[in-house]
Amino acid sequence: MRKSAITVEAAAQLVPDGARVMIGGFLGVGSPDRLIDALVARGARALTIIGNDTAYPTVGVGRLIEAGCVARVEVSHIGTNPTTQRLMSAGAIEVELIPQGTLAERIRAGGSGLGGVLTPTGVGTIVAQDKQVIEIDGASFLIEKPLRADFALLRAHEADYYRNLTYRLTAANFNPVMAFAADCVIVEPDEIVPVGVIPPDAVRTPGVLVSHIVGRAR
Amino acid sequence: MDAKEIIARRVALELRDGMLVNLGIGLPTLVARFIPQGMSVAMQSENGLIGFSAPPPDGMENRDLIDAGGGLIMSLPGAASFDSATSFALIRGGHVDMAVLGALQIDAAGRLASWMIPGKFTPGMGGAMDLVVGAKRVIVAMQHAAKSEPKIVESLGLPPTSARRVSLIVTELAVIEPTNEGLALRERAPGVSVADIVASTSARLIVPEVTPEMPLCRD
Repeated sequence: MRKSAITVEAAAQLVPDGARVMIGGFLGVGSPDRLIDALVARGARALTIIGNDTAYPTVGVGRLIEAGCVARVEVSHIGTNPTTQRLMSAGAIEVELIPQGTLAERIRAGGSGLGGVLTPTGVGTIVAQDKQVIEIDGASFLIEKPLRADFALLRAHEADYYRNLTYRLTAANFNPVMAFAADCVIVEPDEIVPVGVIPPDAVRTPGVLVSHIVGRAR
Repeated sequence: MDAKEIIARRVALELRDGMLVNLGIGLPTLVARFIPQGMSVAMQSENGLIGFSAPPPDGMENRDLIDAGGGLIMSLPGAASFDSATSFALIRGGHVDMAVLGALQIDAAGRLASWMIPGKFTPGMGGAMDLVVGAKRVIVAMQHAAKSEPKIVESLGLPPTSARRVSLIVTELAVIEPTNEGLALRERAPGVSVADIVASTSARLIVPEVTPEMPLCRD
């Protein structure tokens, strides 16, 4: 189905305060920068952000943290962002640290209709606290629950009019798995191309998963 | 030769032709400089790439092409990019032959702590817990002591990264292999005595009758 693009401002209006929001990106690479700036401009508050990291204070998810938009993060790493560290120590932001591979698989489970995943990662560490450990053929695994969100804000390389997506190099990271795991998926592509430009074998996220494409800046 | 170069050169001797290797951020990254000419080693970066090397020429950087530490890199001929779930399927699934990581502490059982100093600094585990669980061999590359405090200790004072025993510990003073019996001293760095090593290590070491000197390049 062909659909029109929406503006970045209209996209930011769709995301209410207090929403659970997945944001693609790894240290800001592959993050939807215009959507993030629009959320900051809207003055969004009390968001829960699910993503790999909180990047740097002036980059990617770090801009939302810096602007006071975020109440909680569920991420694998905050070491590159001193603001996240400071707010966590002051009790101004909640941080749940999740091993990176577990984060990816929990999101994949959430988007794939699975009841969770069994992973050896985290057995015998703090990560195992309050989690069930089960043995399968003599090996121990943690039961990790699926993760979903109200919104996924993603960065793609190309989007066609059917919202099929491609990604580029290391800018893919969490974007393709997150496209399955949110009720509303909003994508900021680098390029919008006519149907047919992306060959079927090159589509990495089928357009049926995408709720909205953000148009070019006018 | 400084401490970091000694460590990187010695770790590089563990590389074998055809390996898929993940080098952690910081000191482990230096290992890539000492891959012998003609040896084919594929590097994985957990943010989604196999096949990369040092930064591109000035002005030729691509913002969509970084390593796991955020550094701009070049992809090499034959490189492959993939998403995070695929990347960690490679790691957890035992497809990575060798992971080289830094550590804050290692205990007598060969367990490492690398992601948190409670009350002080909590960077998070990133991909480290998955790498330690999943790579076929895990090599810790670290300086022997931190501000003259031993990092190789009887029992961890910091939260562990994994319950798994690492394969090898390489420092600027020694090569140590965790075994069922405890930490076995395997090699001493050039000019370093066994007594120096024992004095800088707070865990008990199993010392052989003769401790060979650490080689720093291939014969």
